[in-house]
Amino acid sequence: MSAAAAATGASPVRDAVEWRLAAPLGLTYVVFFAAPFLILLGISFYADAEQTRLGFDSWLKFYTDAFYLKVIFDTLKLGVFAVVATTILAYPLALVFRASSPRMQRVLIFIILMPLLTSVVIRTFAWIVILAREGVINQTLMGLGLTATPLNLLQTELGLVLALTQIEMPLMLLPLLAIMNQLDQNLIDASRALGASKWRTFFRVILPLTLPGWIAGATLVFASATTAFISQSVIGGARLVYLPALIWQQSMVVYNWPFAAVASLTLLFTVLSGIMALSWLGRFARTT
Amino acid sequence: MSQRSTPADISFNLTVGLIAGIAILILVAPVLIVIATSFTTTQALRFPPPGLSLRWYGELFDPVRSAPIHTAALNSLWVAGWATVIGSVLSVLAALAITRVSRPSARALEASFLSPLVLPTLSYGLAALMFFSVLGIRPSLNLLIAGHLVVIAPFVFRTTLASLTQLDPALLEASANLGASRFYSFRRITLPLITPGIAAGAFLAFIASMDNVPVSLFLSTARTSMLPIRMWGMMESTLDVRIAAIAGVLIVAILVLMVVMDRFTGLTRRVSA
Repeated sequence: MSAAAAATGASPVRDAVEWRLAAPLGLTYVVFFAAPFLILLGISFYADAEQTRLGFDSWLKFYTDAFYLKVIFDTLKLGVFAVVATTILAYPLALVFRASSPRMQRVLIFIILMPLLTSVVIRTFAWIVILAREGVINQTLMGLGLTATPLNLLQTELGLVLALTQIEMPLMLLPLLAIMNQLDQNLIDASRALGASKWRTFFRVILPLTLPGWIAGATLVFASATTAFISQSVIGGARLVYLPALIWQQSMVVYNWPFAAVASLTLLFTVLSGIMALSWLGRFARTT
Repeated sequence: MSQRSTPADISFNLTVGLIAGIAILILVAPVLIVIATSFTTTQALRFPPPGLSLRWYGELFDPVRSAPIHTAALNSLWVAGWATVIGSVLSVLAALAITRVSRPSARALEASFLSPLVLPTLSYGLAALMFFSVLGIRPSLNLLIAGHLVVIAPFVFRTTLASLTQLDPALLEASANLGASRFYSFRRITLPLITPGIAAGAFLAFIASMDNVPVSLFLSTARTSMLPIRMWGMMESTLDVRIAAIAGVLIVAILVLMVVMDRFTGLTRRVSA
């Protein structure tokens, strides 16, 4: 390589050579990621569990049954609840983070990363200890004399949302903290100097400017909460059925693979529609 | 910011402080409660524990009674290790290819390499099971490595790409002008500068593989059991207190790894920047 060749660095030839470096990962994705999804799609068009006839029967069975439609709705609802709960808790914490010294910020990041890096199964287990009949919440409430009999918190939607809030909060916080730290202090000072209260400054300046970070966090929380199989099945129990449990049950217990494939693709569409709604919201907010 | 506080501002500060306090409590308390529970003397999961002992850690490290847990833990470590190594090499190569190309196709490729982070991996787990079964490949640890690889590679890809975009192109131009070959420049300039980014990504990828449920749920079998799936089984059946002991061991391991990684790669700075 001579200096002359280096000077024409952006030549198409050089591009072509470096392009090839993406091939190993690209091929791995095609074989082990894209191909399996095509097989999944293919299997969903078998009409029966034994995979002998082709047809739309599995799709029709899923989308004409009120029970399965309710499962889709409940899964979406759970994702929305998780996003709302994590938002309410994460924004104040992000504001505190922004106002903290660099040293305190590192401590906060540690506090946020710690649960994120602790296994989801362990975090779910922790919530059983907290929500159980002899658990932390019931012990506290009964100790304070607020209730005579222990509350049933396991196997309820409330308990599940509470657990998912802790489990998913770091996913909301990390993008939010990143964008909070980049926010221009002058804009906040200007708003305050012009007489806006802290509330008004938050809703009119901070919130709109940090929306991209919120959308990134909300996307991760929504995708994660709707697919959190272990938390949903252990804390939600058998009475609350969400798409992941349905997929697992149909594929590994009932062995109806075509139907499981339909449920699995439905979960994929549900998550994708949530992600698209969020990114549409982001674009809508930017133009208004 | 030195303005006099109005009642509205005081109410704002109080609300924010209160909710932030609750958020921190919700984040931290479960971890502490699990650790406290792991030292209990009883079979029941009571909090606070009636007495403290190392009974459940003794049970956990018993080579006979906890053999299935040990096997599952070793399987998980093996799969996470190989998936991280292979995934890191492939992701670093791909990141190198993409940063130097500014065409829209490169951005599309970037988005598709990152897609496993948001797509429901549970759907992917079932798809992978069907794929391998259609091909007639029997379940093995190698299949788990392949399945995990796809799901965890984006972690390394993302941090490596971030490090590469911060790299000053003038350094590489200077190196080339001084007659260095492209590979020499890569080895002596690019690689040392992006190594912390790769290491931080590899750390997150390793943890993600160790914790992975959606893919292992479908690809692991009784012979190739994985730790999270084994723990789930223990939780579904009897609520074995050994889970709390496993939690204690894993939490301490994660804490040590986090401190080490923070020293070497600036992990905490990397995630908030």
